[in-house]
Amino acid sequence: MQSNVLEYLESTVKRVPDKIAFANEKEGITFNQLYNRGRAIGTFLYKKGIYKQPVVVFMKKHPNTVSAFLGALYGGDFYVPIDEEMPLFRIELILKSLNPKAVICDISSNNIMGKIDCNCSVYMYDEIIRTSIEDDVISNIRRSSIDTDPMYVVFTSGSTGIPKGVIGCHRAVIDYIDNLSEVLKTNQETVFGNQAPLYFDACLREIYITLKFGAAAYIIPKSLFMFPLKLVEFLNEYKINTVCWVVPALTMISSFGTFDKIVPGNLNTIAFVSEVFPMKQFHIWKKTLPNAEFINLYGPTEITGVCCYFKADRDFREDEVLPIGRPFRNTDILLLGSNNKVPEKGELGEICVRGTSLTLGYYKAFDKTKEVFVQNPLNEAYPELIYRTGDLGKLNERGELLFVSRKDYQIKHMGHRIELGEIEVNTNMIDGIYGACCVYNRKKEKIVLFYTGNISSKEVTAELKKRLPRYMLPNYIQVLNTMPLTPNGKINRALLQENSNKKE
Amino acid sequence: MEEILKILQDLHPDVDFETCDTLIDESILDSFDIITIISEIDSELDIAIPAEDIIPENFNSAKKLYSLVQRLSDED
Repeated sequence: MQSNVLEYLESTVKRVPDKIAFANEKEGITFNQLYNRGRAIGTFLYKKGIYKQPVVVFMKKHPNTVSAFLGALYGGDFYVPIDEEMPLFRIELILKSLNPKAVICDISSNNIMGKIDCNCSVYMYDEIIRTSIEDDVISNIRRSSIDTDPMYVVFTSGSTGIPKGVIGCHRAVIDYIDNLSEVLKTNQETVFGNQAPLYFDACLREIYITLKFGAAAYIIPKSLFMFPLKLVEFLNEYKINTVCWVVPALTMISSFGTFDKIVPGNLNTIAFVSEVFPMKQFHIWKKTLPNAEFINLYGPTEITGVCCYFKADRDFREDEVLPIGRPFRNTDILLLGSNNKVPEKGELGEICVRGTSLTLGYYKAFDKTKEVFVQNPLNEAYPELIYRTGDLGKLNERGELLFVSRKDYQIKHMGHRIELGEIEVNTNMIDGIYGACCVYNRKKEKIVLFYTGNISSKEVTAELKKRLPRYMLPNYIQVLNTMPLTPNGKINRALLQENSNKKE
Repeated sequence: MEEILKILQDLHPDVDFETCDTLIDESILDSFDIITIISEIDSELDIAIPAEDIIPENFNSAKKLYSLVQRLSDED
């Protein structure tokens, strides 16, 4: 039985050593190069005494970055991807919570590390890949590793203002990759167009499906996602046949009449995640590529990638919503009502996940982990963990799962998961701010920040840019003379929500 | 021109759009901004920017964006 994700690479490198695995518009890396560089980095880390440790991979989005991930795994460590797109303040928060011994950098991130106060060794990727590989070291490391060892930590928005590190393990990723690849029907001919950043779990699918089948994945330059024609030209030039993108990346193409000019003719599998696909845009896609398979994927980071899928193989009316469908094999979904009972069919319940695909929880945060990774309330006989997603769902008359809404202040915006509380906490940290409340205008898809204080909205924006990733920046910022309060003295969120809806 | 500047300033109050001519080259605008700009121009000025004009060169400065809008409204 497979117990380590590196076994994907080790079996593929024997079949297609010189095939390009990951590439961008300029260069690529073969399976053999991944194998050799991974083992070189692994040998290096082990000899430095970095074993069973977090290894931060701080490199730009590039094919080489994948080999640094694999290098950490070969060294018996787990990787933590961070990216220069993240503001310095956030990188510092993450490093503080990890306290890592080692950071792998490229030239540009090395400059940024120089500005950060961190008690860790910085190693340059270009140098450590030249370490001579010691096979006995690598095989000893493997012998004492087990499939529930951590494999990566990725940081996601946290309502307290501090990002949460979700710890994935080998077993869960193997379960995910094997089942997802069956749904997507991937093989050696699969050519992915990668959109997801490498610092989220979303890129697991492109990386490990590519390693498993000897497929290929092209990293699409981020700037192309602003320019629909150029994006489709890229897909056609590299004969990309499979995409798993966030919904806004797909609707950006379809909503500007791009298909009148150019069609991504090689695409045969179009999977999408993160939010509800607007039905009108979905129909444009479906009409343009009638033979392609369209698959709606659903799942939070805490259960490793995604856990539910729906193959959109029937027609939908404009007023219908695409279901999130059914769980992958070896994963089970429970709906739990407010009293922890299973609701009547068609009634609302919290979506809870059961299975090997659960991650290990949050890094150095046992209490936070225990809040959402809980004993299955339906099982009184033995320990059994479920993950409470905080998403509310229900079953339709066909028995397919539908996503309805969130229980709390977490939102999905442009494909990113955001806690509105994190924006508020960071606003409240700015000098001159008295109070802040953040709401989401779902109709216009805008984050609206209200604040009281003696500084201008211009200054607030400038300060927030230093603290928050771009996708978390409010789209509208409005200063108020006083913060409206409820009779209990809490901020009147409902009133502000209503104001934001009226705002043009 | 003023309408264009207002749309841009609403997105990034901290950027000087009258002088900046590297909005795309320096990643000041992201994909969300581009989509917002296009839909605002559509609703405020009633001008639809077609896919072939959604290219980096047309969005690098407020001036470039303005001349695109001018050209499109002349074509109407």
